[in-house]
Amino acid sequence: MTVFLPRDLDEALELRDRHPGATAVAGGTDLCVLWPERVAARRDEWLDLSGVAELRGHEWTDGALILGAGTTYWDVIRDRRAGEELPLLVEAARQVGAVQIQTRGTWGGNIVNASPAADGVPVLMAYDAVLELRSRSETVELPLADFYLGYKEMRLAPDQLLTRIHVPRRTYDLQWFEKVGSRSAQAITKVGVAVTRRDGEWRVVANSVAPTVRRCRSLESLLAEGLPVSGPADLMGALESDVTPIDDIRSTAEYRLEVLARLLYWRLRDVCPSIT
Amino acid sequence: MKRVEGLSKLTGRELYVDDLPVDGFLWGATVRSPAARGRIRGIRFDDSVDWSEFTVVDHRDIPGTNAIFLIEEDQPVLAHGRVRHLHEPVLLLAHPRREELRRAVEAVHVDVDAEPPVLDFRLTPDRERIQYGDDNVLKRLRIEKGEVERALAQAPHVIEGVYETGAQEHVYLETQGMLAWEEDGVITIAGSMQCPYYIVEAFEHALGRTPDRIRIIQAATGGGFGGKEEFPSGIALHAALLALKAGRPVKLIYDRSEDLAVTTKRHPSRVRHRTGVDGDGKLLGQDIEVVLDGGAYVTLSPVVLSRSIIHAAGPYACDHVRIDGRAMFTNSPPFGAFRGFGAPQSLFACERHMDRIAAELGIDPVEIRKINLIRDGDSTATGQVIADGADRVQVLDRALDLADYYERRTAHAGFNAAEPTRRRGIGLATFFHGAGFTGSGELFLDSEVHVAGLPDGRIEVRTANVEMGQGTLTVFTSLVCDRLGVPAEAVTIAPADTSLVPNSGPTVASRTVMVVGGLLEKASDDLRTRTGLPADADGRAIREAIREWHRSHPGEPLIGKAKYEQPEHIHWDDETYRGDAYGAYAWGAYVADVEVDLRTFAVSVRDFVAVQEVGRVLHETLARGQIQGGVVQALGWALLEECKWRDGAMENAQLTNYVIPTAGDVPPIRVEFLESPYPHGARGAKGIGELPFDGVAPAVANAVAGATGTDPASVPLTPETVMDLILRQRPPAGSLT
Ligand SMILES: Cc1cc2nc3c(=O)[nH]c(=O)nc-3n(C[C@H](O)[C@H](O)[C@H](O)COP(=O)(O)OP(=O)(O)OC[C@H]3O[C@@H](n4cnc5c(N)ncnc54)[C@H](O)[C@@H]3O)c2cc1C
Repeated sequence: MTVFLPRDLDEALELRDRHPGATAVAGGTDLCVLWPERVAARRDEWLDLSGVAELRGHEWTDGALILGAGTTYWDVIRDRRAGEELPLLVEAARQVGAVQIQTRGTWGGNIVNASPAADGVPVLMAYDAVLELRSRSETVELPLADFYLGYKEMRLAPDQLLTRIHVPRRTYDLQWFEKVGSRSAQAITKVGVAVTRRDGEWRVVANSVAPTVRRCRSLESLLAEGLPVSGPADLMGALESDVTPIDDIRSTAEYRLEVLARLLYWRLRDVCPSIT
Repeated sequence: MKRVEGLSKLTGRELYVDDLPVDGFLWGATVRSPAARGRIRGIRFDDSVDWSEFTVVDHRDIPGTNAIFLIEEDQPVLAHGRVRHLHEPVLLLAHPRREELRRAVEAVHVDVDAEPPVLDFRLTPDRERIQYGDDNVLKRLRIEKGEVERALAQAPHVIEGVYETGAQEHVYLETQGMLAWEEDGVITIAGSMQCPYYIVEAFEHALGRTPDRIRIIQAATGGGFGGKEEFPSGIALHAALLALKAGRPVKLIYDRSEDLAVTTKRHPSRVRHRTGVDGDGKLLGQDIEVVLDGGAYVTLSPVVLSRSIIHAAGPYACDHVRIDGRAMFTNSPPFGAFRGFGAPQSLFACERHMDRIAAELGIDPVEIRKINLIRDGDSTATGQVIADGADRVQVLDRALDLADYYERRTAHAGFNAAEPTRRRGIGLATFFHGAGFTGSGELFLDSEVHVAGLPDGRIEVRTANVEMGQGTLTVFTSLVCDRLGVPAEAVTIAPADTSLVPNSGPTVASRTVMVVGGLLEKASDDLRTRTGLPADADGRAIREAIREWHRSHPGEPLIGKAKYEQPEHIHWDDETYRGDAYGAYAWGAYVADVEVDLRTFAVSVRDFVAVQEVGRVLHETLARGQIQGGVVQALGWALLEECKWRDGAMENAQLTNYVIPTAGDVPPIRVEFLESPYPHGARGAKGIGELPFDGVAPAVANAVAGATGTDPASVPLTPETVMDLILRQRPPAGSLT
């Protein structure tokens, strides 16, 4: 087994370029699951990003919160400003695994792991986060909402690393995140949703109901247009065109859709005149 | 008294099997059947592996009978010719490096000509699926009391119900593991287990050895719950076969996925009730059918079925009862011993059914239980007359009181009317659990314990009963200290090593304190007598007398002994299934307060009250721990834990997807004990280890029924199931949207 230990970002990008088969490791919390199988499968080149200072920590600029890809959930939970300005980040972070995972797991790892159940992604997407992807030759920016192509497929070239995540600083008149897991902690999301509203513009992002975390654009326009809704069933049409839940060992398609509709209906009823 | 092994566990010094220091050992691994049923056509070894580095064992390496000795000898140690369940062990490998071994396991291909398996125990099998006897019934048992058909024909109301419960994995913290080596011609095992002497017997048969060439040592064991009753015999044999062939020590340790996929689980059940009652809810006749999924081999299913049917009629007096039990063959890994041993399944059905009867007759669920609860002088389904001085109605009243049952019921009605998306309910269950082996089982075990006086005046307790987290060492120490009047420092407990301790029976069936503890008291008395002292001698005198005895008998052992003798009041007829099924029963009344979220259909338990009559509490902290732990484990079974099956075996074999409760899912559990001492138990104690499991699922399901106005008939009540109940059982126009 070979582990590369870059000391800074340049070195990391150079190694990334030269060893496209090496797997990047941030907190390792996703990668260490089924570790013995990974080792037995001779997956044996690893690029450990934990020594790369440029990827760690977060900063506030005038227009954005900038998360290094290696920022942990815990870093965000401890930042009081995050709780005040972008509270969904903190709410989602607090519901990831439990404290052990929150202190090791990173936002970047959550995004690139590309699980449809990722809890960090819906809230970032609902805040219109933009990714900074870097290779040795160039730095590109890409909205998170355009990042995923399909199940575990994304616009990330083998020589690129995710370096930073820009979260615009804006004021919202509604922001809400809800995770439904199978128990109160250490639970993989069975259905989850993040919602923001700003000047009548909606973002509705759901997880665990499609091959990727999914923006629900039909529902967003239904809400923006103020179409009347008088029960969860009235949201079903829009949701069915937005998401494609499945039956798997964690839940059923029917449950996921039904609960998503109910969560949305009961939460939005209080804040939308069109929903009664 | 402080927990005897508490400090070494707390500081991480306790050595579990995987921690035991051994030089030059090999890792063992198991190659398993890829199919649920079929004939083994051949076994192929990939060329990519250098097999000369490996020790390979198959059925031909078994020196004795290829069977894991238990009730029947139908389960092979290693499959030969055919396989009967997915993951059945076929071949064993050993190698110094674990990664190589993992790859090698993948490089062995067991080719199986598949045959049609039985994957649902509830269906009547067609002819090509018959694999046991002529109907796939592993065991059939019947209890009959009075004339049930006539009672039902004459009853003003007959109420029916069918109830089902799912499998459950033990999730002991420490997975199954064994270390085997041969030393001076003695095959030796150290590992995680509840019953060292079961393994001795299994070795005698499969290895064709006499017991003097077999030594079984229990290593520190990280939880068992029944999962380490019969299952360890197989894995110990596997480790031993590899060690014998390799001529080196072999460690065989399951990782969590393997453990979840291949080890025993709680028997799934389907129970049908047909009950005659009068208008007040008085039970006139109970016709009950209990069907259990036994899996692919007999293992312990006959005795699990036995306990299941004996508890199926509940703690109620009824003159006319018929209980039919069947354990069915299926092509699943065998289901096995698990805390409660069949009783939780049949009591779930019974207690859910009591609420259904109450609902149909429009009477209070409390009242229907009070009318029917056994009073001293009444008899159980097997005709056992109960006269233990315990007041079962008082147990129930105390639980209702602690739970503020009636106040909460009223409050919930108001809450439910006002809240759009939340529903609260409160539910109860009354139940009982017989301690020790059923019927003449204890006689058959013929348990023996020793309490030795050592030359330096210390006292050593020698039993084969194990500490697995439940506190055996502490309670045994305290029993002997009390009996002999000596301080805790003067008492040591010998390791559960079959070369050192007599066979005091398995650590199962809530028997350890009540039965074995009782024997320890007698053996302590015997020790005192052997030193020549009278019953009122104090501890100091006894210790001095022990030293004195050794001075006058140099080199001789001084051992107080006791053997099990059946209390005279117990009469059991195994042919007719009538009589005193258990020496003593503990009685319980549990109350659960739940809230159901109508958006997510999740059930959360807000408060739990557990009141029980247990004879005598010997160690308050440990006893509470048993009750609270049992309640939490049963909450998992009631609400969360679901084995998803593929080809008869567990598909969600990771703790990510097999979900047990976390600390955050556990409500306040308020435990209270009532005591009316059992004269034949240690210091009056009855068994408590399994009791708490029995009352939880029905109390929770009854609360969910109350909260949602539905009639749940199965556990686990996962959110998906609750959604089904609410969307399909309730009239669609209801206010639940
Ligand atoms: C017990 C447990 C509970 C969990 N609970 C949750 C939960 O509730 N919600 C949830 O969403 N997740 C959960 N997870 C999953 C995991 O912890 C998170 O997804 C976490 O954010 C992953 O971050 P990491 O830094 O550990 O990623 P790693 O495991 O280090 O990496 C994950 C993936 O991202 C890639 N990667 C990492 N950083 C970069 C980078 N900078 N550029 C390119 N590729 C990169 C890696 O190559 C890998 O493919 C849980 C995991 C465990 C073990």
